[in-house]
Amino acid sequence: MTEKVAAPGGFHKTDVVIIGAGPIGLFAVFELGLLDLKAHLIDILDRPGGQCTELYPEKPIYDIPGLVEVTGQGLTDRLMDQIKPFQATLHVGQMAESLEKAGDGWRITTDAGTQIEARVVVIAAGGGSFTPKKPPIPGIESYENTSVFYAVRKMDRFSDKIVVIAGGGDSALDWALNLQPIAKRLVLVHHRDGFRAAPDSVNKMRALVAEGKMEFHVASIKSLRGAEGQLQGLALNNKERGDYEIPGEMLLPFFGLTMKLGPVANFGINLHENLIPVDTSKFESNVPGLFAIGDINTYPGKLKLILSGFHEGALMAQQAFRYCRPDEKLRFQYTTSSSSLQKKLGVA
Amino acid sequence: MKLIVTDRTGNIHELDARDDWSAMEVIRDANLPLSAECGGACACATCHVYIDGAWSEKLPPAAQQEIDMLDFGLAVQDNSRLSCQIKMAPELDGLSVTLAPESL
Repeated sequence: MTEKVAAPGGFHKTDVVIIGAGPIGLFAVFELGLLDLKAHLIDILDRPGGQCTELYPEKPIYDIPGLVEVTGQGLTDRLMDQIKPFQATLHVGQMAESLEKAGDGWRITTDAGTQIEARVVVIAAGGGSFTPKKPPIPGIESYENTSVFYAVRKMDRFSDKIVVIAGGGDSALDWALNLQPIAKRLVLVHHRDGFRAAPDSVNKMRALVAEGKMEFHVASIKSLRGAEGQLQGLALNNKERGDYEIPGEMLLPFFGLTMKLGPVANFGINLHENLIPVDTSKFESNVPGLFAIGDINTYPGKLKLILSGFHEGALMAQQAFRYCRPDEKLRFQYTTSSSSLQKKLGVA
Repeated sequence: MKLIVTDRTGNIHELDARDDWSAMEVIRDANLPLSAECGGACACATCHVYIDGAWSEKLPPAAQQEIDMLDFGLAVQDNSRLSCQIKMAPELDGLSVTLAPESL
Protein backbone atom coordinates (compact mmCIF):
# COMPACT_ATOMS: atom_id res chain seq x y z
CA MET A 1 0.00 0.00 0.00
CA THR A 2 1.37 3.38 -0.97
CA GLU A 3 -0.53 5.43 1.59
CA LYS A 4 0.43 5.98 5.19
CA VAL A 5 -1.44 3.54 7.41
CA ALA A 6 -1.62 4.83 10.96
CA ALA A 7 -1.37 2.58 13.99
CA PRO A 8 -4.61 2.58 15.98
CA GLY A 9 -4.88 4.70 19.07
CA GLY A 10 -2.86 7.77 18.16
CA PHE A 11 -3.74 11.46 18.18
CA HIS A 12 -3.66 13.39 14.91
CA LYS A 13 -4.41 16.88 13.66
CA THR A 14 -5.24 17.57 10.06
CA ASP A 15 -7.36 19.72 7.79
CA VAL A 16 -10.03 17.23 6.78
CA VAL A 17 -11.18 13.86 8.09
CA ILE A 18 -12.99 11.69 5.59
CA ILE A 19 -15.17 8.89 6.96
CA GLY A 20 -15.18 6.13 4.37
CA ALA A 21 -12.35 5.12 2.05
CA GLY A 22 -14.51 4.04 -0.87
CA PRO A 23 -13.99 5.55 -4.32
CA ILE A 24 -15.64 8.83 -3.35
CA GLY A 25 -13.61 9.28 -0.17
CA LEU A 26 -10.43 8.44 -2.09
CA PHE A 27 -11.08 10.91 -4.89
CA ALA A 28 -11.95 13.59 -2.32
CA VAL A 29 -8.33 13.29 -1.14
CA PHE A 30 -7.30 14.31 -4.66
CA GLU A 31 -9.59 17.33 -4.87
CA LEU A 32 -8.59 18.46 -1.38
CA GLY A 33 -4.94 17.86 -2.18
CA LEU A 34 -5.03 20.17 -5.19
CA LEU A 35 -6.04 22.88 -2.73
CA ASP A 36 -3.22 21.93 -0.34
CA LEU A 37 -5.61 20.48 2.20
CA LYS A 38 -4.37 17.42 4.09
CA ALA A 39 -6.73 14.53 4.70
CA HIS A 40 -7.07 11.48 6.92
CA LEU A 41 -9.36 8.61 5.90
CA ILE A 42 -11.16 6.29 8.33
CA ASP A 43 -12.69 3.00 7.21
CA ILE A 44 -14.17 0.06 9.07
CA LEU A 45 -12.82 -2.35 6.45
CA ASP A 46 -9.16 -3.32 6.59
CA ARG A 47 -8.39 -1.92 3.14
CA PRO A 48 -9.53 0.96 0.95
CA GLY A 49 -12.19 0.61 -1.75
CA GLY A 50 -15.46 0.29 0.18
CA GLN A 51 -18.21 -1.49 -1.73
CA CYS A 52 -15.95 -1.71 -4.80
CA THR A 53 -13.52 -4.04 -3.07
CA GLU A 54 -15.85 -5.61 -0.52
CA LEU A 55 -18.80 -6.44 -2.78
CA TYR A 56 -17.57 -6.58 -6.35
CA PRO A 57 -13.75 -6.54 -6.61
CA GLU A 58 -13.83 -8.68 -9.77
CA LYS A 59 -16.96 -7.29 -11.38
CA PRO A 60 -16.66 -4.82 -14.23
CA ILE A 61 -17.88 -1.22 -14.01
CA TYR A 62 -18.65 0.44 -17.36
CA ASP A 63 -19.77 3.95 -16.39
CA ILE A 64 -16.63 5.59 -15.10
CA PRO A 65 -15.92 8.42 -17.56
CA GLY A 66 -12.86 7.65 -19.63
CA LEU A 67 -12.54 4.05 -18.46
CA VAL A 68 -14.34 1.74 -20.84
CA GLU A 69 -14.22 -1.11 -18.35
CA VAL A 70 -12.69 -1.38 -14.89
CA THR A 71 -13.25 -3.77 -11.99
CA GLY A 72 -14.06 -2.60 -8.47
CA GLN A 73 -10.53 -3.50 -7.40
CA GLY A 74 -9.05 -1.95 -10.54
CA LEU A 75 -10.80 1.36 -9.91
CA THR A 76 -9.63 1.36 -6.29
CA ASP A 77 -6.04 0.66 -7.34
CA ARG A 78 -6.14 3.50 -9.87
CA LEU A 79 -7.57 5.93 -7.34
CA MET A 80 -4.90 4.94 -4.82
CA ASP A 81 -2.29 5.68 -7.49
CA GLN A 82 -3.93 8.98 -8.34
CA ILE A 83 -3.97 10.24 -4.74
CA LYS A 84 -0.49 8.98 -3.90
CA PRO A 85 1.12 12.46 -4.18
CA PHE A 86 -1.11 13.75 -1.40
CA GLN A 87 0.00 11.22 1.24
CA ALA A 88 -3.32 10.86 3.00
CA THR A 89 -3.21 8.92 6.25
CA LEU A 90 -5.37 5.81 6.38
CA HIS A 91 -7.02 4.55 9.54
CA VAL A 92 -8.34 1.19 8.43
CA GLY A 93 -10.21 -1.45 10.38
CA GLN A 94 -11.65 1.31 12.55
CA MET A 95 -15.12 2.72 12.91
CA ALA A 96 -15.66 6.44 13.42
CA GLU A 97 -17.51 6.24 16.68
CA SER A 98 -18.04 9.73 18.02
CA LEU A 99 -17.86 13.31 16.86
CA GLU A 100 -17.57 16.35 19.06
CA LYS A 101 -16.76 20.02 18.66
CA ALA A 102 -13.12 20.92 19.24
CA GLY A 103 -12.39 24.64 18.92
CA ASP A 104 -13.33 25.79 15.42
CA GLY A 105 -13.47 22.23 14.18
CA TRP A 106 -14.12 18.68 15.23
CA ARG A 107 -12.65 15.76 17.10
CA ILE A 108 -13.42 12.28 15.84
CA THR A 109 -12.76 9.23 17.97
CA THR A 110 -12.69 5.73 16.51
CA ASP A 111 -13.59 2.46 18.18
CA ALA A 112 -9.84 1.73 18.30
CA GLY A 113 -9.25 4.87 20.36
CA THR A 114 -7.69 6.93 17.56
CA GLN A 115 -8.43 10.64 17.88
CA ILE A 116 -8.27 13.03 14.97
CA GLU A 117 -8.89 16.76 15.13
CA ALA A 118 -9.80 18.54 11.92
CA ARG A 119 -11.49 21.73 10.79
CA VAL A 120 -13.75 19.83 8.40
CA VAL A 121 -15.36 16.38 8.46
CA VAL A 122 -16.53 14.70 5.27
CA ILE A 123 -18.87 11.74 5.49
CA ALA A 124 -18.35 9.50 2.48
CA ALA A 125 -19.70 6.40 4.14
CA GLY A 126 -21.76 5.03 1.23
CA GLY A 127 -24.44 2.69 2.53
CA GLY A 128 -22.95 2.84 6.02
CA SER A 129 -20.45 0.71 7.91
CA PHE A 130 -19.94 -2.86 6.82
CA THR A 131 -20.90 -4.98 9.81
CA PRO A 132 -21.52 -8.73 10.14
CA LYS A 133 -25.02 -9.91 9.27
CA LYS A 134 -26.91 -11.16 12.30
CA PRO A 135 -29.22 -14.09 11.61
CA PRO A 136 -32.80 -13.59 12.79
CA ILE A 137 -32.75 -16.41 15.35
CA PRO A 138 -35.12 -15.61 18.23
CA GLY A 139 -33.29 -14.41 21.33
CA ILE A 140 -29.82 -14.45 19.73
CA GLU A 141 -29.02 -10.98 21.12
CA SER A 142 -29.10 -12.23 24.71
CA TYR A 143 -26.14 -14.49 23.92
CA GLU A 144 -24.05 -11.93 22.00
CA ASN A 145 -20.52 -11.40 23.34
CA THR A 146 -20.88 -14.27 25.81
CA SER A 147 -21.71 -17.24 23.60
CA VAL A 148 -22.46 -15.71 20.19
CA PHE A 149 -19.69 -13.91 18.28
CA TYR A 150 -19.60 -12.51 14.75
CA ALA A 151 -15.82 -12.40 14.61
CA VAL A 152 -12.98 -14.21 16.33
CA ARG A 153 -10.77 -11.82 18.25
CA LYS A 154 -9.33 -14.14 20.90
CA MET A 155 -9.06 -17.76 19.85
CA ASP A 156 -8.52 -19.04 23.38
CA ARG A 157 -12.09 -18.08 24.24
CA PHE A 158 -13.13 -21.10 22.16
CA SER A 159 -10.69 -23.57 23.72
CA ASP A 160 -12.31 -26.73 24.99
CA LYS A 161 -15.80 -25.52 24.05
CA ILE A 162 -18.43 -27.02 21.79
CA VAL A 163 -18.19 -24.51 18.97
CA VAL A 164 -20.93 -24.26 16.35
CA ILE A 165 -20.14 -22.37 13.17
CA ALA A 166 -22.97 -21.35 10.86
CA GLY A 167 -22.42 -20.51 7.19
CA GLY A 168 -20.69 -21.75 4.06
CA GLY A 169 -18.37 -18.97 2.95
CA ASP A 170 -14.64 -18.56 3.46
CA SER A 171 -14.92 -17.12 6.99
CA ALA A 172 -17.10 -20.04 8.10
CA LEU A 173 -14.77 -22.65 6.64
CA ASP A 174 -11.52 -20.92 7.64
CA TRP A 175 -12.61 -20.58 11.25
CA ALA A 176 -14.00 -24.10 11.34
CA LEU A 177 -10.54 -25.33 10.31
CA ASN A 178 -8.68 -22.94 12.64
CA LEU A 179 -10.76 -23.62 15.73
CA GLN A 180 -11.20 -27.38 15.23
CA PRO A 181 -7.84 -28.26 16.88
CA ILE A 182 -8.60 -26.30 20.06
CA ALA A 183 -12.36 -26.79 20.40
CA LYS A 184 -13.82 -29.64 22.42
CA ARG A 185 -15.97 -30.29 19.40
CA LEU A 186 -16.40 -28.32 16.20
CA VAL A 187 -19.81 -28.37 14.54
CA LEU A 188 -20.50 -26.78 11.15
CA VAL A 189 -24.11 -26.00 10.23
CA HIS A 190 -25.00 -24.95 6.70
CA HIS A 191 -28.23 -24.96 4.73
CA ARG A 192 -26.81 -27.07 1.90
CA ASP A 193 -24.12 -29.63 1.22
CA GLY A 194 -22.21 -27.17 -0.92
CA PHE A 195 -20.06 -24.16 -0.16
CA ARG A 196 -19.04 -20.92 -1.77
CA ALA A 197 -15.77 -21.17 0.20
CA ALA A 198 -12.45 -22.03 -1.45
CA PRO A 199 -12.42 -25.68 -2.62
CA ASP A 200 -9.23 -26.38 -0.70
CA SER A 201 -10.87 -25.42 2.61
CA VAL A 202 -13.94 -27.47 1.74
CA ASN A 203 -11.76 -30.53 1.04
CA LYS A 204 -9.97 -30.14 4.38
CA MET A 205 -13.30 -29.77 6.16
CA ARG A 206 -14.71 -32.89 4.49
CA ALA A 207 -11.62 -34.87 5.45
CA LEU A 208 -12.02 -33.87 9.11
CA VAL A 209 -15.70 -34.81 9.00
CA ALA A 210 -14.81 -38.20 7.47
CA GLU A 211 -12.29 -38.79 10.29
CA GLY A 212 -14.93 -37.94 12.88
CA LYS A 213 -12.99 -34.86 14.01
CA MET A 214 -15.62 -32.39 12.87
CA GLU A 215 -19.40 -32.58 12.72
CA PHE A 216 -21.37 -31.24 9.77
CA HIS A 217 -25.13 -30.67 9.66
CA VAL A 218 -27.08 -29.70 6.56
CA ALA A 219 -29.74 -27.86 8.53
CA SER A 220 -31.06 -24.51 9.61
CA ILE A 221 -30.83 -23.11 13.13
CA LYS A 222 -34.31 -22.51 14.51
CA SER A 223 -33.69 -21.49 18.10
CA LEU A 224 -31.15 -21.37 20.90
CA ARG A 225 -31.32 -22.84 24.38
CA GLY A 226 -29.35 -21.63 27.36
CA ALA A 227 -29.43 -19.39 30.39
CA GLU A 228 -27.87 -16.07 31.40
CA GLY A 229 -26.05 -15.62 28.14
CA GLN A 230 -24.53 -19.10 28.26
CA LEU A 231 -25.52 -21.17 25.26
CA GLN A 232 -26.23 -24.85 25.91
CA GLY A 233 -27.93 -26.15 22.79
CA LEU A 234 -29.28 -25.31 19.36
CA ALA A 235 -32.53 -26.47 17.80
CA LEU A 236 -31.90 -27.48 14.19
CA ASN A 237 -34.22 -28.56 11.43
CA ASN A 238 -33.74 -30.42 8.19
CA LYS A 239 -35.80 -32.60 5.89
CA GLU A 240 -34.41 -35.94 7.01
CA ARG A 241 -34.60 -35.45 10.75
CA GLY A 242 -37.21 -32.72 11.17
CA ASP A 243 -36.58 -30.82 14.41
CA TYR A 244 -33.67 -31.94 16.56
CA GLU A 245 -31.29 -30.49 19.09
CA ILE A 246 -27.52 -30.48 19.27
CA PRO A 247 -25.33 -29.35 22.17
CA GLY A 248 -23.41 -26.12 21.62
CA GLU A 249 -21.63 -23.63 23.89
CA MET A 250 -20.40 -21.10 21.35
CA LEU A 251 -22.01 -19.96 18.10
CA LEU A 252 -20.20 -18.14 15.33
CA PRO A 253 -22.55 -17.07 12.51
CA PHE A 254 -20.67 -16.10 9.33
CA PHE A 255 -23.08 -14.75 6.70
CA GLY A 256 -21.02 -11.95 5.24
CA LEU A 257 -21.42 -8.24 5.84
CA THR A 258 -24.25 -5.77 5.58
CA MET A 259 -24.24 -1.97 5.64
CA LYS A 260 -25.57 -0.16 8.70
CA LEU A 261 -25.51 3.59 9.16
CA GLY A 262 -23.99 3.10 12.63
CA PRO A 263 -22.69 5.92 14.85
CA VAL A 264 -23.04 8.56 12.10
CA ALA A 265 -26.72 8.57 13.08
CA ASN A 266 -25.65 10.08 16.42
CA PHE A 267 -23.45 12.85 15.01
CA GLY A 268 -26.23 15.42 15.34
CA ILE A 269 -26.75 15.81 11.59
CA ASN A 270 -30.22 16.01 10.02
CA LEU A 271 -31.10 12.70 8.39
CA HIS A 272 -33.79 11.81 5.90
CA GLU A 273 -34.44 8.07 5.64
CA ASN A 274 -30.88 7.37 6.83
CA LEU A 275 -29.39 9.73 4.23
CA ILE A 276 -27.83 13.13 4.84
CA PRO A 277 -29.57 16.00 3.05
CA VAL A 278 -27.04 18.42 1.57
CA ASP A 279 -26.88 21.76 -0.15
CA THR A 280 -25.78 21.00 -3.70
CA SER A 281 -23.62 24.08 -4.06
CA LYS A 282 -21.12 22.64 -1.56
CA PHE A 283 -22.45 19.26 -0.37
CA GLU A 284 -22.54 20.46 3.21
CA SER A 285 -25.04 19.08 5.73
CA ASN A 286 -27.17 21.25 7.99
CA VAL A 287 -24.17 21.46 10.33
CA PRO A 288 -21.50 23.89 9.05
CA GLY A 289 -18.20 22.11 8.48
CA LEU A 290 -19.80 18.67 8.16
CA PHE A 291 -20.10 17.48 4.57
CA ALA A 292 -21.62 14.39 2.98
CA ILE A 293 -20.64 13.05 -0.45
CA GLY A 294 -21.44 9.88 -2.36
CA ASP A 295 -24.23 7.38 -1.70
CA ILE A 296 -24.82 8.64 1.85
CA ASN A 297 -26.19 12.03 0.84
CA THR A 298 -29.50 13.03 -0.69
CA TYR A 299 -30.71 16.03 -2.68
CA PRO A 300 -33.22 16.62 -5.47
CA GLY A 301 -32.09 14.62 -8.50
CA LYS A 302 -29.56 12.53 -6.59
CA LEU A 303 -28.20 9.53 -8.47
CA LYS A 304 -26.18 6.93 -6.60
CA LEU A 305 -23.39 6.81 -9.14
CA ILE A 306 -19.65 6.88 -8.55
CA LEU A 307 -19.32 9.68 -11.10
CA SER A 308 -21.79 11.86 -9.16
CA GLY A 309 -19.74 11.34 -6.01
CA PHE A 310 -16.59 12.56 -7.77
CA HIS A 311 -18.35 15.81 -8.68
CA GLU A 312 -19.66 16.17 -5.14
CA GLY A 313 -16.14 15.81 -3.76
CA ALA A 314 -14.82 18.55 -6.02
CA LEU A 315 -17.42 21.05 -4.83
CA MET A 316 -17.00 20.00 -1.22
CA ALA A 317 -13.25 20.71 -1.47
CA GLN A 318 -13.88 24.32 -2.51
CA GLN A 319 -15.95 24.99 0.59
CA ALA A 320 -13.58 22.99 2.82
CA PHE A 321 -10.81 25.34 1.66
CA ARG A 322 -12.80 28.36 2.83
CA TYR A 323 -13.08 26.82 6.32
CA CYS A 324 -9.50 25.60 6.53
CA ARG A 325 -7.79 28.65 4.96
CA PRO A 326 -10.11 31.55 5.78
CA ASP A 327 -7.38 34.14 5.12
CA GLU A 328 -6.32 32.76 1.75
CA LYS A 329 -7.83 33.45 -1.62
CA LEU A 330 -9.12 30.37 -3.41
CA ARG A 331 -7.46 30.08 -6.80
CA PHE A 332 -9.25 27.91 -9.32
CA GLN A 333 -6.77 26.19 -11.59
CA TYR A 334 -6.57 23.38 -14.14
CA THR A 335 -4.13 20.50 -13.79
CA THR A 336 -3.45 20.78 -17.53
CA SER A 337 -2.02 24.28 -17.32
CA SER A 338 -1.07 25.05 -13.72
CA SER A 339 2.57 24.42 -12.93
CA SER A 340 1.82 24.72 -9.21
CA LEU A 341 -0.77 21.93 -9.42
CA GLN A 342 1.62 19.87 -11.47
CA LYS A 343 4.27 20.33 -8.80
CA LYS A 344 1.84 19.01 -6.19
CA LEU A 345 1.16 16.03 -8.41
CA GLY A 346 4.87 15.42 -8.78
CA VAL A 347 4.78 15.72 -12.58
CA ALA A 348 6.26 19.18 -13.08
CA MET B 1 -47.94 -8.18 -15.55
CA LYS B 2 -48.12 -8.51 -11.79
CA LEU B 3 -45.64 -9.34 -9.08
CA ILE B 4 -47.25 -10.23 -5.76
CA VAL B 5 -45.08 -9.42 -2.76
CA THR B 6 -45.73 -10.30 0.87
CA ASP B 7 -43.72 -7.98 3.11
CA ARG B 8 -42.23 -8.86 6.48
CA THR B 9 -45.35 -7.80 8.36
CA GLY B 10 -47.54 -10.07 6.24
CA ASN B 11 -49.08 -7.33 4.07
CA ILE B 12 -49.60 -8.31 0.45
CA HIS B 13 -48.71 -5.88 -2.34
CA GLU B 14 -49.77 -6.35 -5.93
CA LEU B 15 -47.11 -4.60 -8.00
CA ASP B 16 -47.09 -3.75 -11.67
CA ALA B 17 -44.01 -5.47 -13.04
CA ARG B 18 -42.27 -4.65 -16.30
CA ASP B 19 -40.87 -7.09 -18.77
CA ASP B 20 -37.09 -7.47 -18.40
CA TRP B 21 -36.93 -5.73 -15.01
CA SER B 22 -35.61 -7.88 -12.19
CA ALA B 23 -38.04 -8.71 -9.39
CA MET B 24 -35.66 -6.77 -7.11
CA GLU B 25 -36.04 -3.63 -9.24
CA VAL B 26 -39.82 -3.92 -9.21
CA ILE B 27 -39.87 -4.35 -5.43
CA ARG B 28 -37.51 -1.42 -4.86
CA ASP B 29 -39.40 0.78 -7.30
CA ALA B 30 -42.47 0.24 -5.11
CA ASN B 31 -40.42 1.42 -2.09
CA LEU B 32 -40.84 -1.87 -0.27
CA PRO B 33 -38.07 -2.54 2.27
CA LEU B 34 -35.51 -4.58 0.36
CA SER B 35 -31.97 -3.33 0.83
CA ALA B 36 -30.40 -4.97 -2.26
CA GLU B 37 -27.11 -3.42 -1.20
CA CYS B 38 -24.98 -4.37 -4.19
CA GLY B 39 -27.54 -3.01 -6.64
CA GLY B 40 -28.16 -6.23 -8.54
CA ALA B 41 -24.63 -7.62 -8.97
CA CYS B 42 -25.42 -10.93 -7.23
CA ALA B 43 -22.82 -9.94 -4.65
CA CYS B 44 -24.56 -9.43 -1.29
CA ALA B 45 -27.67 -11.65 -0.77
CA THR B 46 -29.67 -8.74 0.71
CA CYS B 47 -32.45 -9.05 -1.91
CA HIS B 48 -33.33 -12.52 -0.65
CA VAL B 49 -36.96 -13.63 -1.15
CA TYR B 50 -38.94 -16.83 -0.76
CA ILE B 51 -40.82 -18.02 -3.82
CA ASP B 52 -44.42 -18.84 -2.97
CA GLY B 53 -46.18 -22.10 -3.80
CA ALA B 54 -45.58 -23.76 -7.12
CA TRP B 55 -43.80 -20.76 -8.64
CA SER B 56 -40.41 -22.23 -7.62
CA GLU B 57 -40.66 -24.85 -10.35
CA LYS B 58 -41.76 -22.34 -12.97
CA LEU B 59 -38.72 -20.09 -12.53
CA PRO B 60 -35.55 -20.68 -14.50
CA PRO B 61 -33.15 -22.48 -12.13
CA ALA B 62 -30.61 -20.44 -10.17
CA ALA B 63 -27.14 -20.11 -11.69
CA GLN B 64 -24.21 -21.39 -9.64
CA GLN B 65 -23.25 -17.82 -8.72
CA GLU B 66 -26.68 -17.24 -7.19
CA ILE B 67 -26.59 -20.59 -5.36
CA ASP B 68 -23.18 -19.68 -3.92
CA MET B 69 -24.27 -16.16 -2.99
CA LEU B 70 -27.23 -17.60 -1.07
CA ASP B 71 -24.62 -18.96 1.37
CA PHE B 72 -24.63 -15.37 2.68
CA GLY B 73 -28.42 -15.29 2.88
CA LEU B 74 -30.14 -15.45 6.25
CA ALA B 75 -32.78 -18.09 7.05
CA VAL B 76 -32.31 -19.70 3.65
CA GLN B 77 -34.91 -22.29 2.64
CA ASP B 78 -35.42 -24.57 -0.36
CA ASN B 79 -37.56 -21.85 -1.98
CA SER B 80 -34.99 -19.09 -1.44
CA ARG B 81 -33.88 -16.97 -4.40
CA LEU B 82 -32.12 -13.66 -4.92
CA SER B 83 -34.69 -11.35 -6.44
CA CYS B 84 -32.04 -9.47 -8.46
CA GLN B 85 -31.53 -12.67 -10.46
CA ILE B 86 -35.22 -13.15 -11.35
CA LYS B 87 -36.02 -11.44 -14.61
CA MET B 88 -39.70 -10.60 -15.06
CA ALA B 89 -41.30 -11.99 -18.23
CA PRO B 90 -44.89 -12.64 -19.40
CA GLU B 91 -44.77 -16.25 -18.23
CA LEU B 92 -44.04 -14.97 -14.70
CA ASP B 93 -47.17 -12.79 -14.61
CA GLY B 94 -48.59 -13.22 -11.10
CA LEU B 95 -45.32 -14.44 -9.56
CA SER B 96 -45.68 -14.42 -5.80
CA VAL B 97 -42.76 -13.89 -3.41
CA THR B 98 -42.24 -13.17 0.29
CA LEU B 99 -39.47 -10.90 1.58
CA ALA B 100 -37.01 -12.95 3.66
CA PRO B 101 -35.95 -11.64 7.08
CA GLU B 102 -33.20 -9.04 7.27
CA SER B 103 -30.13 -8.96 9.47
CA LEU B 104 -30.99 -8.00 13.06
